[in-house]
Amino acid sequence: MNETSVPFWRDERVLQWIAQIVFLVAVVAFLWYLYHNMITALAQRGLLPSFHFLSLTAGFDIGEHLIPYSRSSTYGRAFLVGILNTIEVSFLGIIFATILGIIIGVMRLSTNWLLNKLASLYIEFIRNIPLLVLLVFWYTGVFLQFPRLKEAKILPGPTILSNRGVAMPWGKPTATWHLYLYILAVGLIVAAIVWWRLTLIGKRTGRMPLVSVWSTLTFLGIALLGWVGLVLFAHQAPLALDTPQIKGLRTVGGLELTPEFMALFSGLVFYTAAFIAEVVRAGIQSVSKGQVEAARALGLTGFQTLRLVVFPQALRVIVPPMTSQYLNLTKNSSLAVFIGFPDLYSVAGTIHNQTGRAVEVTVLMMAVYLSFSLATSVFMNWYNKKIRLVER
Amino acid sequence: MMNREPEQYTEGEVLAPPTERYTILGWLHKNLFSTWYYSLLTLVTLYIVYAILKPTLIWAFQQAEWQVVVVNLRLFMVGQYPADQIFRIWLALHLLAFTAGLAWAIWLPKARRLGAFLLLIPLALAALPFISTTSKINWVIFAVAALLGWALGIWQPRRMRRPLLILLLAYFPILIFLISGVEPILKLVKTNLWGGLLLTMLLAVVGITVSFPLGILLALGRQSKLPIVKLFSVLYIEIIRGVPLVTVLFMAQLMLPLFLPPQIKIDNVLRAMAGIILFAAAYMAENVRGGLQAIPKGQHEAAWALGLNGFQTMVFIILPQALRNVIPVIVGQFIALFKDTSLVAIVGLLDLLGIASTVLAQPEFIGHQREVYLFIAMIYWVFSYAMSYASRRLEVALGVGER
Repeated sequence: MNETSVPFWRDERVLQWIAQIVFLVAVVAFLWYLYHNMITALAQRGLLPSFHFLSLTAGFDIGEHLIPYSRSSTYGRAFLVGILNTIEVSFLGIIFATILGIIIGVMRLSTNWLLNKLASLYIEFIRNIPLLVLLVFWYTGVFLQFPRLKEAKILPGPTILSNRGVAMPWGKPTATWHLYLYILAVGLIVAAIVWWRLTLIGKRTGRMPLVSVWSTLTFLGIALLGWVGLVLFAHQAPLALDTPQIKGLRTVGGLELTPEFMALFSGLVFYTAAFIAEVVRAGIQSVSKGQVEAARALGLTGFQTLRLVVFPQALRVIVPPMTSQYLNLTKNSSLAVFIGFPDLYSVAGTIHNQTGRAVEVTVLMMAVYLSFSLATSVFMNWYNKKIRLVER
Repeated sequence: MMNREPEQYTEGEVLAPPTERYTILGWLHKNLFSTWYYSLLTLVTLYIVYAILKPTLIWAFQQAEWQVVVVNLRLFMVGQYPADQIFRIWLALHLLAFTAGLAWAIWLPKARRLGAFLLLIPLALAALPFISTTSKINWVIFAVAALLGWALGIWQPRRMRRPLLILLLAYFPILIFLISGVEPILKLVKTNLWGGLLLTMLLAVVGITVSFPLGILLALGRQSKLPIVKLFSVLYIEIIRGVPLVTVLFMAQLMLPLFLPPQIKIDNVLRAMAGIILFAAAYMAENVRGGLQAIPKGQHEAAWALGLNGFQTMVFIILPQALRNVIPVIVGQFIALFKDTSLVAIVGLLDLLGIASTVLAQPEFIGHQREVYLFIAMIYWVFSYAMSYASRRLEVALGVGER
């Protein structure tokens, strides 16, 4: 058989390249057509794509901002405020959803009939309703239905519940706060050294001590010592308790959380927790019973079995779906716009309304969400690889 | 029904049944109070349940004014759809029932009990006290249509196979024709009048149906050996999956009119549909890819050995098997999409959730958010739960994934 005997119009490689070039030309032509239409339409309105508007004065207020922001700030700054708000609510949401999800997932596996049924009822209910409906219900049906500030419900603490939101006691940094931060840094370094030394000892002797427990205890001990030391010698604790009080039409002091934030946060947490619970349950159930029995036969205690045998194996099953749940939560935080929390999507919408720059706003917004997704999946892939090495 | 003879044992062999399963006290001890901390946990949980349930029930049965739901029921169901044209929606539903009955008889002749149970649903709906007489009659017709289709399928299982396939393929165009209408025959109902549950359903159905072929193409593109095609597919899928649905809807709402030549104008509902289709296609592609990857390589090789070319291998050998395997996943995606369509309320459409704000804006119903949103949540819940329950049962009945 001679390869040159195949004429080029029947040579598969040539045909594949021709097909690809045709495909590329078609796609590019189609995209160019869309782009051409868009540019023509935009040129008519005098809005040719450019990002100069980001340095113009925004002129609108944003209810909640983590960085200084006012009406006279720029659109770019407004965008940043939105991004930070999204990050804030996603970060807190992920932490609390994980905790609640693990609790419900373990309840779901419990041999206690009541806990088991309650957990599955919860999961089945939440998983079959849209998040947006849940969010609206939390907002208009729960947090806005709290009494007015004059008749506010005051829980012990004092935590003030009213239709203006939730205000709770919070630590307020005093003059010694900066000093205390240095002490915490020292504690962190010492804890890291303890971690490193114990791991070394563990590797040498073959009996691994409770590394994370000891280093955490070291850190907490130094933090406590520092606190006591500051009170004794500088006569001022690094944080003073700041309690909220009702003053006229608003609350003063403490940590104030708006109803919008609370509704979004609790909606995201309660919704995602149901999905995380299923992930956790599946992960724990994936560890075969023989593993536990073998561990017990080797003489490991119940806690050791959990820590050394069940948990590492379950984690491997749990991490990939958990990643997608975290990503979902971050993406779902964009529903905040419906209840008026100024997240990235909501701020972007306002900017679009004011400037009419649909293309630029869409591109920026999508780029930010995409980089969140990319960052999370890069981190999770790294973590996944790391725990996979434990395997053998 | 089978009558099983009670098996015969000699008296000496019969063991006493384990008592704890049958006595209430034994059951309680095993499941609720096995150790002291479980007992404590049970008691604490019972108290929490009581503390939550009591005010909720008092509210639901004494304080809540469900009148807001009853009065606006039609708005919730079909939005502003003209009242004199609602018979067209019923017609589409009856045709669906007929098709479903036929399909049930041909594909699942043995699953009679589940079928009978499903048949009870429209009858139960007809018995609801607060719906109009027309609706009651129509629910009965719905049940009769399903029964008719089923009887036809049982009577002529072989000869009805082809009509069933045609009906299934034609249902989607018929549905759009009935709902939207073509001027000389049926009065045109503009999409801005579609609303409520009808719009929610239509968005989900259109989304899943149109994204299906797109998803298959993208999945094939991602599996392809051609680098340019593959790159394009991967980029599309990953970008869409990396951003929230609202941003896609935002883009569809604002940028789609810019992309199209100026003489073409499309309204809000069509824009939202385009956004949902683009979004669903990326997820559909990943689902189909899962099915494609599950096909063993031997199938490819066998097809090549038989002399089929690449295209024939795909269409006749690989895709039919792959698509059969991903049916449950696609049902799952449909349920997720059904819930996700609520997001169109953000871009101002009057779907089931969007119509709620219209209802709540009526002066006599201000402050009834809890009733309205609970009602909406229940509708979503009933549909999603019923669909996922049915698909789980169907998987067992069809033996999908077991083989």
